[in-house]
Amino acid sequence: MTDTTVMLGRSIKHVTRSVDTIITVTITPIAMLLLFRYVFGGAIQAGTDNYTNYLMPGVLLIAIASGVSYTGFRLFSDMQSGIFERFHSMPITRSSVLWGHVLTSLVSNAISAAVIVLVGLGIGFRSSAGPLAWLAVIGILAVFTLALTWVAVIAGLNASTPDGAAAFSYPLVFLPFVSSAFVPTETMPGPVRAFAENQPVTSIVNTIRALLEQQPVGNDIWVALAWCAGVLVVAYGFAMLVYKRKIA
Amino acid sequence: MENAIEVKGLLKSYGKLEVLKGVDFSVGRGSIFALLGSNGAGKTTVVRILSTLLKPDGGTATVNGFEVQAEPAKVRGSISLTGQFAAVDEVLTGRENLILVGKLRRVGHPGQVADDLLTRFGLTDAGGRRVGTYSGGMRRRLDIAMSLIGNPPVIFLDEPTTGLDPEARLEVWKEIQELAGGGTTVLLTTQYLEEAEKLADRIAILHQGTIIVSGTLAELRAMLPPAQVEYVERQPTLEEIFLAIIGNGAQR
Repeated sequence: MTDTTVMLGRSIKHVTRSVDTIITVTITPIAMLLLFRYVFGGAIQAGTDNYTNYLMPGVLLIAIASGVSYTGFRLFSDMQSGIFERFHSMPITRSSVLWGHVLTSLVSNAISAAVIVLVGLGIGFRSSAGPLAWLAVIGILAVFTLALTWVAVIAGLNASTPDGAAAFSYPLVFLPFVSSAFVPTETMPGPVRAFAENQPVTSIVNTIRALLEQQPVGNDIWVALAWCAGVLVVAYGFAMLVYKRKIA
Repeated sequence: MENAIEVKGLLKSYGKLEVLKGVDFSVGRGSIFALLGSNGAGKTTVVRILSTLLKPDGGTATVNGFEVQAEPAKVRGSISLTGQFAAVDEVLTGRENLILVGKLRRVGHPGQVADDLLTRFGLTDAGGRRVGTYSGGMRRRLDIAMSLIGNPPVIFLDEPTTGLDPEARLEVWKEIQELAGGGTTVLLTTQYLEEAEKLADRIAILHQGTIIVSGTLAELRAMLPPAQVEYVERQPTLEEIFLAIIGNGAQR
């Protein structure tokens, strides 16, 4: 556990000292929030009187999806520089090398999500949800982050270029656009609507939205959790397999 | 006295490419052992097996009395690896790099240990700067300093002076000699014959997957026809000229 804490501390410094990372994981989602709120929002008929509330879950998911790409990048850089081998030849718990990166992803995504919510509050985001509903929202976002982070670990371990280590996240960043995150899926043509309604982001967005609006979550929460847990288990298993093959 | 490193019949292939075809050597405690060979001879493969980063296909290797495959954790507790590419964290400062290793090795007062090493390696002024701004020689010195934390009895240096300028090379040599003087066993790989000649107590030449010769420098010399005495006007080497002009050679 101590080794993982030391690795976490190291990796967090990589986040806070990279202007590029901070811009991508915080400023970009905030810009998107403002764009949809003040530019597109007026023309979008989402059937709600507070479009900022409507937007919030999707923007948070985009921030997380772009945030985890840096985990892939940081892991790849470690493997390139030789520090990965130094750590693995030291008397430490070897898996702490990976867990340091994974926990860093959780911490840094939590911080950027908190900043985005604060900005949201400034531009009209309101929720009457109680502590339990908020806890549920945080829990779902955490499982979502963890699942995508292990996907990022696979990408980082297998990549041959830094761009390759981060590229896996582009489709993930795009998924919220073809979901219920910004517009109701009812307006989409048949096949697009079918895709949108059956991909994980829609169920996750609907669940978070319902929790924040104090509406019944229905089946969506189980679909959302099943997606996240499924991706998490498969990605973790595969990442560990790749990792064990990389080290003797 | 038991040897610090004992290697017997080591085999390793990558696919159809046989890199090690039965490598044998041993390294006495507190000595400097140079593994010499051209690029691609398998020197790094040997070091990676000895530092538990790679599993051999056959043979045995013992480091500090522990077999690398049977007791890898104990081997890792006995060694430090300075790989071919400086294994430093470029985002952290020099001091933070040292503290990082100190914490992972559970040494008491990692900050104090870091400051002492910065002084010893002439990096005190650069200690607060990000390693990304360091020169090649500074990086290598930091890299070696990181390997000394926790005083491991065996140190592997994989091509420690490749890419360094002559000055930096002399500094690294001095450090290696001091290490062995303090009782640490050093296994270094190099493709510079001069380096092996200057530093090593014993030298082994790895060629086409096996050790073709090994011994002390005197023993290796004895394998050739005896030296003939002849008068040769010795010209200074370019390195000697370089060091004389920049004025550092004489002070050392």
